[in-house]
Amino acid sequence: MAHTAKRLSLEEGLFAGFLTALAFACLVIAGKAVDGVMAFHAGIGLLFSAIGVFLIFNSYFKRPADAVESGYNLGPIKFGAIAAVFWGIAGFLVGDIIAWQLTFPVLNFDLEWTSFGRLRPLHTSAVIFAFGGNVLLATSFYVVQRTSHARLAGRIAPWFVILGYNAFIVIAGTGYLLGATQSKEYAEPEWYADLWLTIVWVAYLLVFLATLWRRKEPHIYVANWFYLAFIVTIAMLHIGNNLSIPVSIFGIKSYQVFSGVQDAMVQWWYGHNAVGFFLTAGFLAIMYYFIPKRAERPVYSYRLSIVHFWALIFIYIWAGPHHLHYTALPDWAQTLGMTFSVILWMPSWGGMINGLMTLSGAWDKLRTDPVLRMMVVSVAFYGMSTFEGPLMSVKAVNSLSHYTDWTIGHVHSGALGWVGYISFGAIYCLIPWLWNRKSLYSTKLVEWHFWISTLGIVLYITSMWVSGIMQGLMWRAYDKLGFLEYSFIETVEAMHPFYMIRAIGGLMFVTGAVIMAYNIWMTIRVGEKAEQDAADPALVPAE
Amino acid sequence: MSTYETLANFAQTWGLLYFVLIFAGVLAYTFWPTNKKRFDDAAQMPLRED
Repeated sequence: MAHTAKRLSLEEGLFAGFLTALAFACLVIAGKAVDGVMAFHAGIGLLFSAIGVFLIFNSYFKRPADAVESGYNLGPIKFGAIAAVFWGIAGFLVGDIIAWQLTFPVLNFDLEWTSFGRLRPLHTSAVIFAFGGNVLLATSFYVVQRTSHARLAGRIAPWFVILGYNAFIVIAGTGYLLGATQSKEYAEPEWYADLWLTIVWVAYLLVFLATLWRRKEPHIYVANWFYLAFIVTIAMLHIGNNLSIPVSIFGIKSYQVFSGVQDAMVQWWYGHNAVGFFLTAGFLAIMYYFIPKRAERPVYSYRLSIVHFWALIFIYIWAGPHHLHYTALPDWAQTLGMTFSVILWMPSWGGMINGLMTLSGAWDKLRTDPVLRMMVVSVAFYGMSTFEGPLMSVKAVNSLSHYTDWTIGHVHSGALGWVGYISFGAIYCLIPWLWNRKSLYSTKLVEWHFWISTLGIVLYITSMWVSGIMQGLMWRAYDKLGFLEYSFIETVEAMHPFYMIRAIGGLMFVTGAVIMAYNIWMTIRVGEKAEQDAADPALVPAE
Repeated sequence: MSTYETLANFAQTWGLLYFVLIFAGVLAYTFWPTNKKRFDDAAQMPLRED
């Protein structure tokens, strides 16, 4: 081999050095671990860090001495899109399993690893952070490059972000099954997983900012504002809510620095803004890029999108206390949370109108393009759940709805309808773009996905409305002597049929996602299938 | 004065003023006549790619 002046770049050197140090640290921790879960997770950490170092040197030896990269960087986006589909199906499936467990408790199998208590956080984290997170990483890396006309900053860093994030998912998910949890809803992972996610997230922010810095467009497109708000706020929430002190660095257990009602307030400041900035701001960024792109129409009102952005981020952050109505939280804080939740209705509907009206002049596309239809239905669900949310945050309504299945139904109209459908739409758009295919393998299969899932969502939401309101009314029913009319188990019995309907709806949603996975697999393998459908010849989706 | 009253008074005066000013600033930026061309142009960004 000729002696070329090939040198390790600063970026390669720093990442390789960091991962090597991490591998050694994991080795020491694994050796001195005081509990089995820590030994296992340190082992995983050691393995992943070693693989990371190997990948860095492997790419170093393969690349030419003066690697000048051009064009857009699509590799990490491809990984994120596939990972999203994989985790999505896993997360939906676990969700449906726990829905059946609630219907038939025998399905807990009397095993600690398969109990509802451990599978429930596995479901929520898998769908929100694994599925939703990979969709956000993949689309943000795509959108920021296309709307900035600049290549993603860094060579190793974007890969570090996407692989590091998925490593966090593996640590978190296996931890839940083995019983590692800090018992904070949507923030269950223990201190070491939280630290790792912080490092990955800071790298994500830097990659995103550095790419914007390189932009050739004078203006930063509004979708990037939403992505940036999502990245910055999640960093703040994650650090604020996970301030805890480990008992030992060789064990998983840690203690929160806050206690009592302060801890509850910090938790729901985090919890509600995880909804506001992860599941809303991030996915609104998807809406503002993918709907105009697919409909081939500019955003209905760019000015409205600016007001939408600032109003949404300034108001959302105050709404958290509505999760703590009628608790030890002071009344003024509860009223504050309620008031901001009601005000939030305005920017939410402003955004919904902006998304829907982007189709003006292109409504006919809904007949022929199921991908666009999916995204439009998603925005409709966004409108519905952002109307329902403020309603439920009103104290009088909350006294009936809180702790009942109504909440579960509300969350799922947002999660399945809004987040799920806008993500499916974005994935269906991205896959042909990333793999250079003219269009999807089959539009028909997208139709199947759309109708099966939509029916599933309707079954889910309606059954939970009925079940939840019934449950709330039964809890507050008194007989004429002032005793409670129903025992708790009577409410559980009454809910059984609705639990069945919910589990069937969930199964339909999983089925739709499996159809999507097949369609995507075939799009990547063989590309577009010639569909002979005489009745509907104009099936070529807009690109 | 109780903590409740102190905080409520603060929110009802300075908090309100803060939000009104921020919102006025956003509206001014949004509707400033010289920004119109930039925003009309920005609306086309997703459709104007290579």
